[in-house]
Amino acid sequence: MEYALALLVLAALVAIVLWLPLRRRGEEERHDETLLAELSAAKEAKYREIRDAELDHRMGKLSREDWRSVDRDLRAEAIEILRRLDRIEGRSPEGGMDR
Amino acid sequence: MAGVGSACLAIALLTALYAVVASVYGARSRRREWISSGRRAIYCVAALSVAAFALLEAAFLRSDFSYALVAEGSSTDTPTFYKVTAVWATQDGSLLLWVTLLSLFSTAVLFVTRRSLRDIAPYATAVLGCIAAFFLLLMVGWENPFDTLAMPPAEGAGLNPLLRHPAMMIHPPMLYTGYVGFSVPFAFAIGALIARRTGADWIRATRRFALIAWTFLGTGIMLGALWSYTELGWGGYWAWDPVENASLMPWLVGTAFLHSIMVQEKRGMLKVWNVSLICATFTLALMGTFLVRSGILDSIHAFGASTIGVQFLVFIGLVIAVSAGLIIFRLPYLRSEARLDSLLSREAFFLLNNLVLVGLCLVILWGTFFPLISEAISGTEASVGPPWFNRLVTPLALVLVLLTGIGPVLAWRRVTPASLRRILVVPLTAMAVALLALLAFTGAAESPASLAMFCFVAFVLAVVSQELWRGTMARRTMTGESWPRALARLTGRNRRRYGGYLVHAGIAVLFLGVAASSAFLDQRDVRLSPGDSFKLNGYDVTYREATAKLGGDSAGTGAPISFGAVLDVRKGGKHFVLRPSRNYYASPDPSLGTISRFFEGEATSEVDVRWGLTRDFWLAVRPDIGSLDGPIREADAKFADSPGDVQALIVAALAERYRSNPPPAAFRAIASPLVVWIWIGGGIAVLGALVAAWPSPEARLRRVRSLYSARVGQELSRA
Amino acid sequence: MDPARKRKLRLVVALTAALLLATALIYTSFSASTEASKPSEVKPGRSYEVTGKVVKGSIRHTGDDLRFRIRDRDGTDSVPVAYTGVVPDPFREGREVIVSGELKNGTFVAERDSLVTKCPSKFTKS
Repeated sequence: MEYALALLVLAALVAIVLWLPLRRRGEEERHDETLLAELSAAKEAKYREIRDAELDHRMGKLSREDWRSVDRDLRAEAIEILRRLDRIEGRSPEGGMDR
Repeated sequence: MAGVGSACLAIALLTALYAVVASVYGARSRRREWISSGRRAIYCVAALSVAAFALLEAAFLRSDFSYALVAEGSSTDTPTFYKVTAVWATQDGSLLLWVTLLSLFSTAVLFVTRRSLRDIAPYATAVLGCIAAFFLLLMVGWENPFDTLAMPPAEGAGLNPLLRHPAMMIHPPMLYTGYVGFSVPFAFAIGALIARRTGADWIRATRRFALIAWTFLGTGIMLGALWSYTELGWGGYWAWDPVENASLMPWLVGTAFLHSIMVQEKRGMLKVWNVSLICATFTLALMGTFLVRSGILDSIHAFGASTIGVQFLVFIGLVIAVSAGLIIFRLPYLRSEARLDSLLSREAFFLLNNLVLVGLCLVILWGTFFPLISEAISGTEASVGPPWFNRLVTPLALVLVLLTGIGPVLAWRRVTPASLRRILVVPLTAMAVALLALLAFTGAAESPASLAMFCFVAFVLAVVSQELWRGTMARRTMTGESWPRALARLTGRNRRRYGGYLVHAGIAVLFLGVAASSAFLDQRDVRLSPGDSFKLNGYDVTYREATAKLGGDSAGTGAPISFGAVLDVRKGGKHFVLRPSRNYYASPDPSLGTISRFFEGEATSEVDVRWGLTRDFWLAVRPDIGSLDGPIREADAKFADSPGDVQALIVAALAERYRSNPPPAAFRAIASPLVVWIWIGGGIAVLGALVAAWPSPEARLRRVRSLYSARVGQELSRA
Repeated sequence: MDPARKRKLRLVVALTAALLLATALIYTSFSASTEASKPSEVKPGRSYEVTGKVVKGSIRHTGDDLRFRIRDRDGTDSVPVAYTGVVPDPFREGREVIVSGELKNGTFVAERDSLVTKCPSKFTKS
């Protein structure tokens, strides 16, 4: 008896919680937003790598030539990410200020 | 209230299934409201699980014996701490704990990623829902923690005395948190595969969860080892028992995973490897949970065939099939984005470390399942013991420790060989110095493997110290800060890196303790009467007197009778006292005599250990109560129907008889060097993991970000 | 060396290492393993690892020695065991134990410290 009653009450509560979002219908998933978030995260990760490479060079793990080469590659990748970001945000390439 | 608890579980099961359906539907039809509903369903499962768990705890705390579980596992005289923890000492209760932890972790990760990973999160929700549904189904269908007894007994059976040890009670929740934690990256990996978003995003989102899981699992394993060390049987901390191995294997593969994801984050390589690894880690975690309950392997922990072994096997099979199938079908999306630049790079050595770790796991897997393998191949069931494991694991462990020293020295993409030579000078010198010192001043050469390990540990510690030093120096030249500030800033801004180095240092120290204590321990078994003494490892040990206590021993286990010994241990000017004892719990068996039953129940050894930085002195006693057999049987006959307080008086008299005239007792003494460094090393590793997992402050990031984006932006406009 | 050949070389090295490990595994495990058997199956002349239950009423502690009888899990034939060394805490009549040794003159002489007792059922419905 207690079991059946609890079953009903809990089922009702849960159903309400689950039904609430369903009232807002027809919001399409925007592919853009996802890509934006992912690219921003990738950009931050790339900046971290640039910083790390410089630290590695100063700590003596990379010679000047090696570091220059790695740094060049990383910055090129960073630029590519920024380009793709700008394309989504619909802006022309300028000095990037972040949201 | 048991009905409410059962209802919570039933509704939770339905809700979890709804989560799967709603999330998948929402993902496929791109309808955000269904995805949101599915996510909320997981939140509901968490709420219901927590509620059910709270109800069960409450029942234990008030000793409500109408609950079958409480009657089995607790009693009115169980200390409160053990009442609380007895919940997960039972099968049903531990399943509920698993689900509760899983749903809480799922809630956390889904809440954090509710606005990101829009393609992956719904599928991850579905996977987490499936896992929760499985465990809930086990409870609802077979092992319901809320089963009630029609006729509740007046007193419960009490917690098995062997389990009344703090470490043993915290060990399961730690392990489960570890297992559960790995289900989060697993779910997101599956989601990433389904959604074809196989970049590093699923990794970035779940990296911290993987690290937290790894930390908890490692701590759980260490607690198990600590418990093993302080309980009689062997005085050792690791016996290569199948259940111990079952928790170590996911930890090893999880360690490999934590390293290889860094390679994917930075270079876009090892994609197939990473998804395979996390699927393997999760599968091994399930297997770890399953092995404890199935009885398929003979072990000191084998609890006999249980009612849910088959279901687990089916679920594990399903996980393997789905993982393998998805990986194969999505292979085109898992191509590497870059190639290995140079063998002298972090990527290459991480790959090497992965191979060693996976190799270790395979060795342990083989040895653990060997009884089944040999039966399949040759028809006879054979097993391999600790000597085999040690033989194969030791060389791999040596290579692993060496790698933990080389990794920090390298950089991503490549390291200039000349620079590498310069950097390695100090650590190699440290290693050489250590080698010479050990050869000259200690007998470490007797065990070549231990000698090698000590040298490698010296190497690792030197490397980590050097990295901190050079990093601080580099920072000072860039910013001109003072020493402490530069060090703090350096580690604060590179938490992952320096936290990782700290973990390496901790692991090295741990292996130092393992090598020293396993190769150089001294052990003696003796029989002593009061006044006798013996020597061990330079210590003089004298058995001073016997002790006998009733009802209430120092370990807080609520034991009725405790026979022990007081021993003086002296070496040079040092003197300490050890008091090992043996607890005798009454047996509930009605066929035993009224007085005998006090001595015929479970008995546990309460070992006394003198912890020390250089060595532990471990002592256990086994009193000989055979001399009391005669008087006990007399008492059984005379006082068969006496009330409880008279029985207590008789037992007290017998105890006093033992104490005043004890027959020779058996003692085992072990002096093991550097054992405490195992626990210290583990602690350092945990600290390092915390540093690595700690989130970086946002403000600092933003400042750096704008600096760099300005610079990069300049180049962009110039391009 | 061009990159493609480098990669092939690395693959070969990795596979060789894996093969070596596998061989080591298989060889050492089959030669170092002890056969698990029931008390009714032991014969004199070789060592066994015996799994069985302790017969009720058969336990005798005499000084350092422990003597008991061990029987098959589902049987009644039992073998006497002479054991010295550490006796694990859960050791009790009726419990399942594992002990290694050799049958000599009708008594199973156990290796020192080889007695393992299984923890009493924690996860089965009693």
